[in-house]
Amino acid sequence: MILIIDYGMGNLRSVQKAFEYLGHKAVISENPGQVREASHLVLPGDAAFGDAMRNLHDAGWVEPIHSSIEGGKPFLGICVGLQLMFSESEERGKHRGLDLLPGKVVHFPDSERVPQIGWNQIAIKKPVEILAGVPEGSFFYFVHSYYVDAAVPEDCAATTEYGLEYTSIAQRDNIFGVQFHPEKSQDFGLKILKNFASLN
Amino acid sequence: MLAKRIIPCLDVKNGRNVRGVKFSADRDAGDPVELATRYDRERADELVFYDITASAEGRDIVMDLVQEVSEQVFIPLTVGGGIRAFADIREILKGGADKVSINSAAVKDPDIIRQGAESFGSQCIVGAIDALRKPVIAGAASAWEIYINGGRSATGIDALEWVEELVDRGAGELVLNSIDADGTRDGYDIELNRAVAERVDVPIVASGGCGSDEHIYQVLTEGKASAALAASIFHYGDYSIPEVKNFLKQRGVVVRE
Repeated sequence: MILIIDYGMGNLRSVQKAFEYLGHKAVISENPGQVREASHLVLPGDAAFGDAMRNLHDAGWVEPIHSSIEGGKPFLGICVGLQLMFSESEERGKHRGLDLLPGKVVHFPDSERVPQIGWNQIAIKKPVEILAGVPEGSFFYFVHSYYVDAAVPEDCAATTEYGLEYTSIAQRDNIFGVQFHPEKSQDFGLKILKNFASLN
Repeated sequence: MLAKRIIPCLDVKNGRNVRGVKFSADRDAGDPVELATRYDRERADELVFYDITASAEGRDIVMDLVQEVSEQVFIPLTVGGGIRAFADIREILKGGADKVSINSAAVKDPDIIRQGAESFGSQCIVGAIDALRKPVIAGAASAWEIYINGGRSATGIDALEWVEELVDRGAGELVLNSIDADGTRDGYDIELNRAVAERVDVPIVASGGCGSDEHIYQVLTEGKASAALAASIFHYGDYSIPEVKNFLKQRGVVVRE
């Protein structure tokens, strides 16, 4: 069972629908105790970083997320979920993240329209499992004002250009994160979710 | 590179019909779900559902439609029309839409934009305007006035000042509907789009007046819009989405094929 972490932020139903469409059982859960029963964890998010982190702490998600990742369960962060995987964010003040990967979340340069909204391409940096069957240069749907500046280059699996080149897919061991919305990115987005759900 | 977006707009009224749709006999006449899935197959970049009845029943019909479409279509869905209060935003997002387009309600109570953005994030709050050109006084720059209630009531509000306020309050994107151009099929109001795009930093979606692929090209380049919304040219079958994208690509505009 794929567990979609519900910490009171954003529309989680679309992520669940996408997994269901692909034939996987996905449960939206407000209960960190359920992590034990899950085969995969998904951390979505549309919210502000600081609010999201506070909610994760208050609802008791932080420790179960860390221990399930240490136990080897595949983990996928989507949009702000990817950003939360990193050490810290500069979104409206300074906030600590889950610190699964070193790096920080910073604002796009002023030269660009912010938020970035729409379909942008990825440049693949390393052949991670979730990208199986996804061609170089594929378009995905992005909506964000902040991006991840990964401290360890090897954690970056793909980049995207918007005023600068930034990490749009991160990966280390069983930890995966995508800055775009795979559940809103048609065939290749669904392909990524399918690849993730097939990991064991 | 970030692609320019092509967004078909479905106007939905009672009885699940779509305004302005003329189908040939071999198509599923008037079924908005069919139309939405066709646009999805043609690789539309987003879909907009507009409730033109703006009543409680109209909302229910649109939301049933969004619910059904979102089971099988995995691109962003926006709902507009008839939003009056903050509770409507919550209901629409819970019902499966990704964004809510807010027009008259924001003029009546601008705080609805802030409330929506703070609760659900700017990414799902679209500020929509209906703008009409004011007569140009010699030597002065063009100006537009905001209208509400489906373009029926003048407000006296200057459009360029209003878009700035919408963005300050948290709108993550703007849809600019030109009353002058709407329904003419003579092209978008290029000057309006460019003036707003130069005034604010959020993405601009052009709306109203589209009659050809050339019009879309103009508003995405000269007009500086990030996306073009169109209804009849797609509904009537004058152009398919791939045809428009191919035309844009040949002219050097980045699109997702």
